[in-house]
Amino acid sequence: MGIWRKPDSMSIVFVVLGTLMLLFIFVPLIKTIFSSSPGTLWNTLLGEDVYSSILLTICAALMATLLGLLLGVPLAYLLARRQFRGKRFLEAIIDVPIVIPHSAAGVALLFVFGSNFLCGKVFHGIGIDFFRTFAGIVIAMMFVSVPFLIDSAKEGFKAVDVRLEKVARTLGASPWSAFFRISLPLAWRSIFAGSVLMWARGLSEFGAIVIIAYSASFFGWNTKVLPVLVADRFDFGLEYAGPVAALAILISLIAFIVLRTIAYRGEKA
Amino acid sequence: MIAIKKLKVNLGGFTLQDINLDIKPGEYFIILGPTGAGKTVLLEAIAGLYPVLEGEVWINGREVTKLNPEKKGIGIVYQDQALFPHLSVEGNIAFGLRLRKYPKQEIKAKIAAMAETVGIPHLLKRSPVTLSGGERQKVALARALVTEPKVLLLDEPLGALDPETRERMQRELREVHRRLKVTTIHVTHDFEEAVALGHRVAVLNDGSIAQVGTPEEFLRQPSSEFVARFALSRNIFTGRAEDGENGCALIDIGGVRLRAITESRGEVRLSLRPEDILISQEPLQSTARNCFQGMVTDIADRGSVVYVTVTLPPDFVCLITRQALDELELRKGVRAWITFKASAIHVF
Repeated sequence: MGIWRKPDSMSIVFVVLGTLMLLFIFVPLIKTIFSSSPGTLWNTLLGEDVYSSILLTICAALMATLLGLLLGVPLAYLLARRQFRGKRFLEAIIDVPIVIPHSAAGVALLFVFGSNFLCGKVFHGIGIDFFRTFAGIVIAMMFVSVPFLIDSAKEGFKAVDVRLEKVARTLGASPWSAFFRISLPLAWRSIFAGSVLMWARGLSEFGAIVIIAYSASFFGWNTKVLPVLVADRFDFGLEYAGPVAALAILISLIAFIVLRTIAYRGEKA
Repeated sequence: MIAIKKLKVNLGGFTLQDINLDIKPGEYFIILGPTGAGKTVLLEAIAGLYPVLEGEVWINGREVTKLNPEKKGIGIVYQDQALFPHLSVEGNIAFGLRLRKYPKQEIKAKIAAMAETVGIPHLLKRSPVTLSGGERQKVALARALVTEPKVLLLDEPLGALDPETRERMQRELREVHRRLKVTTIHVTHDFEEAVALGHRVAVLNDGSIAQVGTPEEFLRQPSSEFVARFALSRNIFTGRAEDGENGCALIDIGGVRLRAITESRGEVRLSLRPEDILISQEPLQSTARNCFQGMVTDIADRGSVVYVTVTLPPDFVCLITRQALDELELRKGVRAWITFKASAIHVF
C-alpha cells in the first residue's frame, strides 16, 4: 500500500477521460450480448442459417490461417533474418491490406482471381473458382488478415538469437534442420499468437467477402459468413440483427481470450 | 592441422584481409585483438557461417572453404554461450549426437562421459536458463566437444564471466584441452588470457594479422607499436617454481629467483603488472618480498606515464609517472632498484 496523496488535477482529468474511452468500448459490446436472453441466443443458434453460417465462418477463417502459415511463415523468417534492398518497402506492402478499404480489397482480388483473369483461369483449370464460393471467402479473409500473422511471426523469429542457428549448423544441422529444431520451436509462441489473431480477424471480415462471396455453398447449405448475416438481418430491424451480432461477438471474444491466455503464459515463462 | 590462406572477409565497414595462419594439430592457438577487430567474424568465416570473399581454409589437408558448416567438423562456443533455451542441458549436449543418428545408448554414454570431463554431471536435467555463467560455459563446451570436432572455436569464452569464475574456467579449459588435445582457436582481447592459455598467439589489428608467435616472443620482439601496446603492459616470464620459506614459492626465471605466493610447482608462467613495480635509487626497506638491482636500458614515453625497462637480466618493464621519472633522474645506463610484493606475481 502506498501513502495516500491528494491526486493532482491532471490525474483526475486523465482518469475521467480514460474511463469514458473504456465505457465507449465496453458498453455496446456488453449491451449487445445481454440484450438477448440466453434462451433467444440458444434458439438463434439452432436456426439452420445461423449455425451453418457459424460453421462456414470458422472453417473459412481456419483455412485462411493454415494457408497463411504455409506461405506467411517462410516470408516472415526471410524478413527477420535477411537484409536486402527494398526490405522496408516490402514490409510496408505487407501491411497495406490493413489500411485499405476492405470492399476495395475485395474488388482488387476479383481483378486477379475473377474467372475472366489469368490467375482465376489457372485455378478454374484445377477446379477452383472464387466468385461466390468457399474458396473466395478464404482468399478474402486471408488477404485482409495475413499481415497480423506475418508481423507477429517476424517478431518471433527476430527474438531468436541467430547464433543459436549458427551453433546448430556447426553441430551438424542442415538449414532445414536448424529451422525446424531451433528457430521454429523458439518462435512458435509468436507464430501461434499471430495465427489466433489472424483467425479472429478473418472471422470478423465483412467488406472484402461481401464483394467476392456474398453467399456460398458449404456442405449443401447456401450460407453467408456471420458478419454478412448480421448485416442481412439488420435489413429487417435491430431486434433481428441483435442475437446474431451477440453470437458473433461472443465467438470473437472467446478467440481473443485464448490469444491473451497464450500471450500471458509467454510472459510468465 | 588448420591452414588459412589469404583469407578475405567483408565486415560491412571494413575488411579482414590477407589472413594467413598455420595451426598445428592439437595446438591451443589464440587470436588476440581489440574489440571490434573482427575476431568473431573471422571465427565464423572459418566455420563457414560467414561468407568468405577470397582465400582458403584447409582442415587436415582438405580444402573446406565452401563446405557447409555442418560438414566441416567444427565446434563453436560463443561468449554468450548460445545454449538452446527450449532444451535441457542434456538435450543441448545431445543435439549434435541425435543429428548424427547415434543409437540411444551410445548417446547416453557419450553425454555422461563428456559431462564428467567438464564437471557437470549434476546439471544434466536442468534448464540452461537456470544456470550460472560458468555452468553455461561448461555446457556450451560439452555440447561442442561431444561431437568430437576436428577444430574447436572459442569466441571470447571467458569474456562474460566474473573474475573468479574466469580464472577457474581458464584452468578448466587448459585441463580439458590437455585431456582431449583438440586443436583449438580461441579469440580474446585479453593478453593475460592469451598468455595463460595460448601455445601461440596471433595479434589481429586493422583487419590483418600483425604478428604470430609465442607469448614470450611478443615481449622480446613486438613487431609493431600496436603489438607492443598489448604486450608491453605486462611482464611475462617462464620459470621453475619450488618451495621457499613461509609457504612462499621461489621461482627461478633464469638468474633471478622471485618470491611468489602460489601452489604451483615445476614449470610455470607468470606475469607482473608494470604498475606494481617500484623503482628507487637505493634498496627499499619495505614489506615487499622482491628487491633487485639492475640497469635502466629503455625509457618509453607515453605522455603522462613512462615505461622504464630495468635489465637484471631479464628485463622488467615498470610503469611510473613522468614526475617520478624526473625526481629519480633516471636515464639509460643508470643503475636502479626495483621492488615488488610476492603477491603482485600472478602465476598462470
